[in-house]
Amino acid sequence: MIRDITIGQYYPAESVLHRLDPRTKILCTLLYIISLFLFQEWTGYLIATVFLCTAILLSKVPVTFIFRGVKAIMVLLVITVVFNLFLIPGEPVVRIWKLTITDQGIRTAVFTAFRLIYLIFGSSLMTLTTTPNQLTDGLERLLGPLRVFRVPVSELAMMMSIALRFIPILLEETDKIMKAQTARGADFESGNMIKKAKSLVPLLVPLFVSAFRRAADLAMAMEARCYRGGSGRTKMKPLAYGRRDAFAYLITVAYLLLLIGVMRFTK
Amino acid sequence: MENQYKMSLKLEQINYIYGTHTAYEMQALTDISLEIHKGEFIGVIGHTGSGKSTLMQLLNGLEKPSSGRVLFEGKDIWAEDFDRKMLRSKVGLVFQYPEHQLFETDVLSDVCFGPRNLGCSLEEARERAKKALAMTGIDEKYFADSPFDLSGGQKRRVAIAGVLAMQPDYLILDEPTAGLDPKGRDEILEQIAKLHRENGIAVLLVSHSMEDVANYVDRIIALNQGRLMYDDVPKAVFAHYRELAEAGLAAPNVTHILHSLRERGFDVDTEAVTVEDARDTILKAMEKSV
Repeated sequence: MIRDITIGQYYPAESVLHRLDPRTKILCTLLYIISLFLFQEWTGYLIATVFLCTAILLSKVPVTFIFRGVKAIMVLLVITVVFNLFLIPGEPVVRIWKLTITDQGIRTAVFTAFRLIYLIFGSSLMTLTTTPNQLTDGLERLLGPLRVFRVPVSELAMMMSIALRFIPILLEETDKIMKAQTARGADFESGNMIKKAKSLVPLLVPLFVSAFRRAADLAMAMEARCYRGGSGRTKMKPLAYGRRDAFAYLITVAYLLLLIGVMRFTK
Repeated sequence: MENQYKMSLKLEQINYIYGTHTAYEMQALTDISLEIHKGEFIGVIGHTGSGKSTLMQLLNGLEKPSSGRVLFEGKDIWAEDFDRKMLRSKVGLVFQYPEHQLFETDVLSDVCFGPRNLGCSLEEARERAKKALAMTGIDEKYFADSPFDLSGGQKRRVAIAGVLAMQPDYLILDEPTAGLDPKGRDEILEQIAKLHRENGIAVLLVSHSMEDVANYVDRIIALNQGRLMYDDVPKAVFAHYRELAEAGLAAPNVTHILHSLRERGFDVDTEAVTVEDARDTILKAMEKSV
């Protein structure tokens, strides 16, 4: 039943991108996203496309997985395109009743759509090649300096990793309880809204009970191992930059500079 | 014979594959055929991951086999017009740690959940619930208590009553004694045996403990890596104690002891499976040798 749902969208594979330090991936993705807002010209898109395609090829993630991310923003995408298409003033190209499509409108609509799609492709690529735990580790380190402003970075990271760890456990538990109640004649599918909502009680109550029990157990186990929160905790697998990370930063920065250079030149 | 065929739960060449078309595809059961008759007391043994739980869930239609048929009283349970809700009331399934499925505000209402789902009136459901609770030995004074306030063993018995209240002909219990202390374990097993004796319910007991199984059941189904390894009376199955050990299953301690004694020249009956029978045959052998 529920077992088939995967959380996070990590796609396991052996690639350079998978092996990169999560910090590198987060920062490079950030730079890439910024870069998408730097240009308005075809040349800019060409360079971004080359950069993106190379990254996708290197990642060994099937393209279908990367396209999946776009589905989630399809509605947003359509709305953006429609608004841009009809509301931007310029040289009229087509006139339908009171609506006019201008050449400026077409241009902006296409560019904005591509910008959004590229944005999603880039960030999907990061989450597809990085496990949720690695992402948490990376974020913890990157946000480390915020400790100066009394932001409880380590605690936030710990909460995030515990939450991530609990998702599959709770899904499994849900599956089990659902089956147990089905064996007692419960019906989770048929009926109207109210009946369906009511039928969830025998599922949700045991689920909450079990979640609280697990949380209490975990808290006890953490205290037994002297967890006291705060900074200074060491890691089993500490993050370490390697040569390939330096290389990745180099390429991304080069890409960014190239874009800026080309933009200057074409203006 | 015709009648007997109708009163049975039958698996025909069942294959079950998890996660078809994903990277995690795995064959959980391979070519399983077996028949369970009304009134039997069967033990199901198998190592972790041998497919026991899947087998249990196939029997009452919670999982659908990848191929093969499940027949309840001669009818295919996956046929279009088959009433699987009825099947689930006839084939009661008690999951491992069943107390985790309790949710109502009081014990009696929780046990009423099953019968109510079957369309019983409130009075009838209560009647059935009281009977079921009596069968599992829950005292009337607990009926109005919250199920969450009971002890572990009591909770489990309430949960088992929740399945019994549907008045099944077949009762499947997945590790009903897991995590209980010896006293709680004996109580539960004794009550299950009583149910079988007095109400004629067919019982399928999934267990890790060979001693538990050996003491109560009259037929053993042994699974190994998703295949049916043995399906026979306990002493015949335990005679293969070496093969069982290879499959990660230990025959009862007495079987090992009796075989060792025999190897050392004592004339004991190695087919005894309970401690009492073993004692008798050892005493007899000693008398002879004196």
